[in-house]
Amino acid sequence: MHTTRLRMRNTILVVVTAAVSLWPGPNAATMHAIGGQNQQPEIELVIGGDSGAPPRYAVPDFAAASPDAAEAARTISQVLWDDLGFEREFYLIPRDTYSSVPAARSPEQVPFAAWRELGADAVFFGTVERTGDTVRVQVRLLNVRTRQTVFAKEYTGTAANPRLYAHTIADEVHLQQRALRGVARTKLTFVSDRNRERLLGPVDNREVKEIYISDYDGANQRRITTTRQLNITPSWSPDARAVAYASYRNVTPQIFISLIYQGVLENATKGIGSNYMPVFSPDGTKIAFMSNRDGNPEVYVMNRDGSDVRRLTNHPAGDGSPTWSPTGTQIAFTSDRTGTGRPQIYLMNSADGSNLRRLTTSESYADRPTWSPAPFNEIAYSAGTGAWYDIKIHELATGMVRQVTFSEGSNEGPAYSPNGKHLAFTSTRAGGTQVFTIGRDGRGLKQVTRSGNNTMPAWSQ
Amino acid sequence: MVSRRGVIVALAVVALMAAPACARRSNPPLPLPPQPAPTVAPPPVTPTPPAPRAQPVEDLQPSAPLAEDSLGNKSLDEINRDSPLRPAFFPLDSADLDDSGRVVVSSNVEVLKKYPQWVVTIEGHCDERGTAEYNLALGERRAVAVKTYMVSLGIAPDRMRTVSYGKEFPFDQAHTEEAWSRNRRAHFVITAK
Repeated sequence: MHTTRLRMRNTILVVVTAAVSLWPGPNAATMHAIGGQNQQPEIELVIGGDSGAPPRYAVPDFAAASPDAAEAARTISQVLWDDLGFEREFYLIPRDTYSSVPAARSPEQVPFAAWRELGADAVFFGTVERTGDTVRVQVRLLNVRTRQTVFAKEYTGTAANPRLYAHTIADEVHLQQRALRGVARTKLTFVSDRNRERLLGPVDNREVKEIYISDYDGANQRRITTTRQLNITPSWSPDARAVAYASYRNVTPQIFISLIYQGVLENATKGIGSNYMPVFSPDGTKIAFMSNRDGNPEVYVMNRDGSDVRRLTNHPAGDGSPTWSPTGTQIAFTSDRTGTGRPQIYLMNSADGSNLRRLTTSESYADRPTWSPAPFNEIAYSAGTGAWYDIKIHELATGMVRQVTFSEGSNEGPAYSPNGKHLAFTSTRAGGTQVFTIGRDGRGLKQVTRSGNNTMPAWSQ
Repeated sequence: MVSRRGVIVALAVVALMAAPACARRSNPPLPLPPQPAPTVAPPPVTPTPPAPRAQPVEDLQPSAPLAEDSLGNKSLDEINRDSPLRPAFFPLDSADLDDSGRVVVSSNVEVLKKYPQWVVTIEGHCDERGTAEYNLALGERRAVAVKTYMVSLGIAPDRMRTVSYGKEFPFDQAHTEEAWSRNRRAHFVITAK
């Protein structure tokens, strides 16, 4: 698949400086390349596997320069192993098989022969040095056969979240080795009732639901709303710095935009009608949503600041659950115009609702369309399969439908990762309703949430 | 021998009288129709009430004054906790009020006519069997259907707001047919008085 070989001259000597955003605060870390000792004029940067098989990667523990860096070193190497395994571009040699390989304290000590014996094509060498609240992480990716360094970086920043260094390394290695935009630094947002707080007000027995965000792997779960009310249908802005959602804090649901790193909250719908399911356009300038403002649930588009509200659908049935095409020119949505309780997915132009056509024709029930990013050209949705639901994917070019989940619990609410390779969704298979991620090929299931019930996931860019 | 049709009519009248709309404690008792002796076994399925359903609603009128005095002095939260506005229930996969739903909504309309300053929020709710997103649209359609019917009975549209809670707030947390039928509902909340 990835046959392109990158040839670059002395690339490792290039010094890169870039800001690494460290969640949750505005702390920045700087990174720059380590000067390579390799003097060959040309380096084969992409590490291959045996006869076309995926290259086999080993991620031994990074070396701790001091005892107080040991925990961060272990975390970074374990999370790096997890991150690289998540994309399934490489074969990750299990970490519990490394005991026969002596630990290296410097790049010169890496025991290439022992790694080769274990079948490794590529091995990491990393060091973690801690000074007070900051860490310095140095990492190299080594080709076990040629013993060349193909990737070398240094990062410094806060010691509070060592996982971020692993995520950054994983994303950069995927980009360099596979020309793939990894998801290690992306985030999820979802709805949770985990606090078991009761709603204030006259109606008993209603549970507060708040909006949460987490890393893509479920680490660092944090609440971003504190309304003690119902808050649902969150989605990310394309720059991943804002979450839009519907909040019932003023009785009728309004669309709020939370700028999560600035602590700023904007009310986009300004109290007009009941408004649900906001989704940002790919360029971030517009929001599609469902509203009853003209007396019936319809799909609307407005500017991000709430101005220029345009109605796109006009039907006495219910129209909602919009999703944008990657170019922003089309919107897929759900309508029950062919029968109440039997919703189907439709497409239309995002400018004016024209060119309306039905997408799903072989489902008894189809809802929550989510349009894949390029290069994939498909729409995932919740499909009725028997008494409950499963995730299915409709390929737009061919009209082929494939099923991703198979009736282990009820599965709904798919949301694509920004590289299109994965989906977040909810399932009842593990008790309560929890957020999971899975490959678009149906492999690589991972549970993201475990506390309370967690629903309506969305995946950041 | 009593005809089958005669039994059905008699049963229908009994069913109407047993409906919650007529169950107000201060209602004057309705005269019982003559009971035909069931010389044949009654049909196994209870027939649905026939169309004329306005009668019991009118019967509610005399019972109002007592409640009016006590309600007038209560706070909004107190009124809503023991609300005179009762929920209307919906059939599976439907956003249309059926006969029993219209009876309930009609009785709520009579209450709102007695308290013309009240403003209500009509909440549409769904059972857990639909998907979360579609249920938001379906709940909204249910609330809109109730509002439309109430407008037709003379309530000003600006006294009513509609909102959908989808399947987020089930009335009954159980996962049974009975719970689901209780969760498909329009719930009324008085938001101003």
